[in-house]
Amino acid sequence: MDLEYGPEYDAFREEVRQFLNSHGDRAPAGQGRAARPSTEAVEWQKLLIEHGYTARTIPREYGGYGAEPDILKSRIIAEEFSRAGIPGGLANQGISMLVPTLLELGTEEQKRQWVEPTLKGEVVWCQGYSEPGAGSDLASLKTSARVDKGDFVINGQKIWTSTAKEADMIFCLVRTEADAPKHGGISYLIFSMDTPGIEVRPLKTMTGHAEFNETFFTDVRVPMDQIVGQRGQGWFVANATLGHERGMLGDPDALENRFHALVKLMQEERVGQGRAIDNAVLRDRLAALQAEVAAMKYNGMRILSDNLKGDPGGMAKLIVKLQSCELAHQISALAIDAMGEIGILYHGSTREREGGAWQWNYMFQLGLIIGGGTAQIQKNIIAERGLDMPREPKLAKPASADQKKGAA
Amino acid sequence: MDFGLSQDQKMLRDAVARCLSGTCPLDHVRECAEGEASYSDKVQSALSELGITGMMVPEQHGGLGMTLLDAAVVAEQLAYAVAPVPFLASHVLAPIALAQAGSNQQQAEWLPIIASGEARIAVAIAETIEARDGAGVTSNGGKLEGTALFALDFAGADAFLVADATGRLHLVPADAEGLKKVPLTTIDRTRSVGELRFGQVAAEPLADDGGATAARLRDAGRVILAADSIGAGQAMIEKAVDYAGQREQFGRIIGSFQAVKHMCAEMAARHEPCRSLVWHAAHTFDAAPDEASLAACQAKSHTGEVHRFVARTSTEVHGGMGFTDLLGLHYWFKRIGFDRQILGGPEAVRTEAATLQGWTRAA
Repeated sequence: MDLEYGPEYDAFREEVRQFLNSHGDRAPAGQGRAARPSTEAVEWQKLLIEHGYTARTIPREYGGYGAEPDILKSRIIAEEFSRAGIPGGLANQGISMLVPTLLELGTEEQKRQWVEPTLKGEVVWCQGYSEPGAGSDLASLKTSARVDKGDFVINGQKIWTSTAKEADMIFCLVRTEADAPKHGGISYLIFSMDTPGIEVRPLKTMTGHAEFNETFFTDVRVPMDQIVGQRGQGWFVANATLGHERGMLGDPDALENRFHALVKLMQEERVGQGRAIDNAVLRDRLAALQAEVAAMKYNGMRILSDNLKGDPGGMAKLIVKLQSCELAHQISALAIDAMGEIGILYHGSTREREGGAWQWNYMFQLGLIIGGGTAQIQKNIIAERGLDMPREPKLAKPASADQKKGAA
Repeated sequence: MDFGLSQDQKMLRDAVARCLSGTCPLDHVRECAEGEASYSDKVQSALSELGITGMMVPEQHGGLGMTLLDAAVVAEQLAYAVAPVPFLASHVLAPIALAQAGSNQQQAEWLPIIASGEARIAVAIAETIEARDGAGVTSNGGKLEGTALFALDFAGADAFLVADATGRLHLVPADAEGLKKVPLTTIDRTRSVGELRFGQVAAEPLADDGGATAARLRDAGRVILAADSIGAGQAMIEKAVDYAGQREQFGRIIGSFQAVKHMCAEMAARHEPCRSLVWHAAHTFDAAPDEASLAACQAKSHTGEVHRFVARTSTEVHGGMGFTDLLGLHYWFKRIGFDRQILGGPEAVRTEAATLQGWTRAA
């Protein structure tokens, strides 16, 4: 057990701290979850790339910083930005999901055209994966792309397309090979959201806000070269990026920050002559959550060490999404309970705390438990891949639905 | 940066596991648990040959001078095999106490024979956490008076380390005049605890350090109990997965039913991060003593909660068989129950954690 990073890394940490001290005031106040980045945020992003604090390992010719991959340095950057309470680089779906996919599987031309403007926040992307009938069973997606005069012609509907309103571009899974088995008939296309035939409707959620959209495609024509990877290989192309999303949803720094905010709230929230934290029952729940947050933090350090050794991580990694999302939700739940009746104030009410953020989080985090692979799907993955338990037996196909559709 | 076990610790883990798989099959555990002598001499001497008895004894006294993380690695394996041997008090807490607060003479007298496996000291510090049934020991003019409950590694101990009301530790030989030893029978037959009644018993005090050594023993003890519950929990998860992979109902392996699969996944998901939490707490005990109490509280309380869930869920996955004595699954269930209650249950320990951080208002 060695928790020291060593002199080279301590020096690097010092460098990051100095940067944050001298430039931190230029960071944007709030980036917002789904909005197009502000001018301020775009400028901040460019500064971070220049210093190698975001897009660190992306080659220079594609607009990145071009450093060798170094897990510890990336970790130090994340830790220091988090500790300083200063937003790091943009973390939208274009940067976290599309860019790694293009770098791995895109053509040279696609990389040159899209990676740099995406990194710089000039091009905003949305993700067209889920459909009303294809959630956990994503590979059963039905949005079709038939070939006509050198174009794919797309018809169908996507859901959960966050940022679709603001997005310039979409990366989208469509069924190009109607006769192929379900995983083999999908292609990964990229196209402009200005293409005729696209309609975006906001999808209002239980939070009262429309964090997502539904996106409808009617005879949307996309040139056939706007495909990433080969026709029919879209499932495998997309899977290269789903891993990135699941990694994103389990950030130990984010959990620690939420927890510290909860302690502060419970110390400040007045109940009669005392404070919320003076209530022994609430305090006990707080201490229990703290131990869980610590467990996830050290579990994260263990994964980091495994990665450093080139070890894929195993069970410690498989459980991160399930546990982190649930824990984040429980932290918000305790905040609401600690506030008592005040906890239900929302919609900008008088006496509402922190802009209703705890209620919003409580509700939105339930969305995160469901999204990006539901808790139940996560449990299947843990059981099947982690514990090597038998898979759910496949039901006999009712005269092969796929084949019938192909024939029609 | 390397968060995890070193090569040496992995070798230690594997050596203990191999030793126990050879000497301590479940049939042997059952023999010990159902018989008169609860501890296994055979397993004890095998562990002694590996140097386990002296692992926490400083090298100058004939031990190996290892760390608490090393001891946690061993504890996990002992629990995995539900080994009926003394360890926590006799080979972890007593050497730590003597090394920290023992006189030169006490160290020279006891540490070498603890290391060699010739002597064992039980430890009674329960009342420094919470006194039940009015228990407590006072020290006056070198004489002890009162009652200490839940002395750990009780059976066959050659001496006892007992905390008085100020937290100071005293060494009492097992045959001291005026000492009455009453065994306490717990759910867990693989470990031994007992009650000590003192009627003006002459005792040798350890250094008067304002309870600092007793506090170190609480920290170390909690980490080792947490590590123990990880080993027992690991065994219970593996057994549940194995059973679910063999048992058939409705023409299917029950492990293919999501209801059963998800129970196993939930156990694994809650159990796995505990390992890192306990490793960190054990490491902190030696590397950052100022943070050790909070880390130990977190490890103890969280593993206590998680493994109660694991113990009942694994039993449920085994269905009716889990409830019987036939599979012996209950040995691990009870080991986990013991780990949870001893040296402070989750609520008591979380209250301490809150106080340590200044969350409680000064009275």
